[in-house]
Amino acid sequence: MSDTQATKSGIDNGAFDFLDERTGIAKALKNNLRKIFPDHWSFMLGEIALYSFIILLLSGTFLTFFFVPSQEEVIYHGSYAPLAGLQMSQAYASTIDMSFDVRGGLLMRQIHHWAALIFLAAMIVHLLRVFFTGAYRKPREFNWLLGIGLLTLGILEGFAGYSLPDDLLSGTGLRIAEAIVQAIPLVGTYLAFFLFGGPFPGHIFISRLYTIHVLLIPAIILALITVHLMLVWFQKHTQYPGPGRTEKNVVGYPLMPVYMAKAGGFFFIVFGITAFLGALFSINPIWLYGPYNPSQISAGSQPDFYMGWLDGLVRMAPNLETHAFGHTISWNILIPALIVPGIFFTGLALFPFLESWVNGDKNEHHLLERPRNAPTRTALGVGGLTFMIVALINGGNDIIATHFGLSINQIMWFSRIGIFLLPVISFLITKRICLGLAHKDRDTVLHGRESGRLVMLPNGEYIEVHEQISADEKWTLTQHKQYDVIAGQTNVDSNGLQRATGIKGRTRRALSKWMYGEQVAKPTTADLEIESGEH
Amino acid sequence: MKRLSKYRRHPLAAALVIGLGLLLVGSIYAFATPAAPAEASNARNQAVQEGRQMFLKGCSSCHGLNAEGTKIAPSLIGVGAASVDFQVGTGRMPMADASVQAMAKTPQYSPTETMALAEYIASLAPGPAIPSQESLNYSRDGNLAQGGALFRTNCAMCHNFAGQGGALSQGKYAASLMGVPPQKIYEAMITGPQSMPVFGDRSLTPLQKLSIIKWLKNAENEKAQGGIALGKVGPVTEGLLVWTLGLGLLIGAAVWLGAKSK
Repeated sequence: MSDTQATKSGIDNGAFDFLDERTGIAKALKNNLRKIFPDHWSFMLGEIALYSFIILLLSGTFLTFFFVPSQEEVIYHGSYAPLAGLQMSQAYASTIDMSFDVRGGLLMRQIHHWAALIFLAAMIVHLLRVFFTGAYRKPREFNWLLGIGLLTLGILEGFAGYSLPDDLLSGTGLRIAEAIVQAIPLVGTYLAFFLFGGPFPGHIFISRLYTIHVLLIPAIILALITVHLMLVWFQKHTQYPGPGRTEKNVVGYPLMPVYMAKAGGFFFIVFGITAFLGALFSINPIWLYGPYNPSQISAGSQPDFYMGWLDGLVRMAPNLETHAFGHTISWNILIPALIVPGIFFTGLALFPFLESWVNGDKNEHHLLERPRNAPTRTALGVGGLTFMIVALINGGNDIIATHFGLSINQIMWFSRIGIFLLPVISFLITKRICLGLAHKDRDTVLHGRESGRLVMLPNGEYIEVHEQISADEKWTLTQHKQYDVIAGQTNVDSNGLQRATGIKGRTRRALSKWMYGEQVAKPTTADLEIESGEH
Repeated sequence: MKRLSKYRRHPLAAALVIGLGLLLVGSIYAFATPAAPAEASNARNQAVQEGRQMFLKGCSSCHGLNAEGTKIAPSLIGVGAASVDFQVGTGRMPMADASVQAMAKTPQYSPTETMALAEYIASLAPGPAIPSQESLNYSRDGNLAQGGALFRTNCAMCHNFAGQGGALSQGKYAASLMGVPPQKIYEAMITGPQSMPVFGDRSLTPLQKLSIIKWLKNAENEKAQGGIALGKVGPVTEGLLVWTLGLGLLIGAAVWLGAKSK
């Protein structure tokens, strides 16, 4: 068959035939190369995370050629004079050697670290895009959970990498991590002992952490990314609503050649920007931090930003401790470092399930929601984001204090109050903005958009002429689904079924009222007819 | 002797004997100590007098007429010339305002005037003297790497790992050490201005102090190894850069790629 095709087209397909006869790749390619993906810049945020992960694998492999994961003490005799003759761990010494005595070593280290920050930042903005557009709804709840898992693992992986060079800052971070582990009631002390193989800092932790950082977590991340992408492939990508776009199709461009070129090109752009940052901006200058020594500490010791919010929460926690039965329970660590993040991430993971439980929507959704059309969810997202930003600000309180001439105590009190107050305020403001925009959409559909042309009527009245929008635009502005509040008056619902009257039913009704009680009804056909009659 | 001994139980006898003893010891001491060259002594006296006049005009309203201190300012008796040279020589004193802490600014007194003030304060009671330039030859003496280690143990917790300064409680701060003359760094260590503790010769030997200065001067002049240093304040500015420039460029590229070609 291949032979006849080859003669027909006049192309020698020898090499491809060889491959196809052994792997059946032609069929696979035929099926997959024409797969359609929708086009939008916000769909490329996850790609940034994916590409920076590839950059991390590549640059990280280079680093492993030179890094020695050992806490054995050595005397430094390398080329960096301000450390000459000092005692330090092999981990630190080899990182210094890698930075100053390996060609391109420092550049690779900096690319690796910037890529790590980009990886985490890209995952966060990707998560925000997915949250605010409702992309996590059925059938994508699993992929949402995978994403939360990837973010959590990314944070852990980043922290492990930050801790490996055994410099003053990473040791300080580990000391705090140890304190957090110790704060777990009853088992904390034991866990910390098992983790560090004795009292802090011990002699084995760096080598253990190394295996976790270069093998265990990357392998899990890679596996999860694979499943994450396979699900995107299998479930097809979501798309923004618009004319011709339905729950049953995907409007966009084929993988080959458009997305091959775009995605391939984008990989090199991401690599280029990461290399640009690595070449121009210093990151984690461990030679300035010095080797780790438990008796030393630097002012302004901070974790990287993805842990900064956690540090900020710990910094703002009041000094609370309970002593009972010979045990100390450190609420000042336990609450900010374990309980609050636990609640936050659990809530994030469960949100898709909670939302579909409240609105009772069990349908598949492939069209995205515009944030304004889900005002309470959007406001909730902004509230959560505000919470994190306040925590992050407090994590950098000492740097902010010195650079803006403020008092660290003022910033702490701002954060202590703001962490409760600002999410609520931002929730209310966001909800108002969403409702306002929804009102504007309704107006645009019913009356057209403002043309800016003022006309004086014969009676002297001025009016602004409105231009009717196209049917396509009207469809885009009115296609979204609106949920009804579950009525709470009677014990029987509209289908004549007995309502749940227990705590579950009451909670659901309350949440339903909270989420959907206040929304701008989208114009109905009847509304449109009345309006067109008027004009 | 008998005549004398009959007064030995007299109530004033003890006082008289002690008085005579003191007079004798004092006279011997006065003759035994070599007299200071009259001229130098005169010059110093003059400086002390000038210093006192300046002190009365510029400092006494807070520190008291005899530098004994008041409710709003500490006593300066025993703080030594080094303290005056540091506080006045860096412009911290006189304070611009008494709110949080004295900040470094353009010195209000000339070097000669500062010396006169220092002489006056030093004349009140012994205290740390101004270190001579000869003793501060950090490029010859001291150990660079040891200086770094000592800095991280003793100074970095307030002044940051690279001497960039850091925040203390209630708006107070540890100043940046970049560009501070060696003499002033040394004086700060031996006098402990404001929130800073005193590092006496027993906690840090003069050579160790010099090593710290050597390391600081090296850090000040060291070329930025990894590129633009971002303030040398750790991960906060790195995070800020990645969220602004980094993500800005990346999302910009994504928008560009996602834009429909028309």
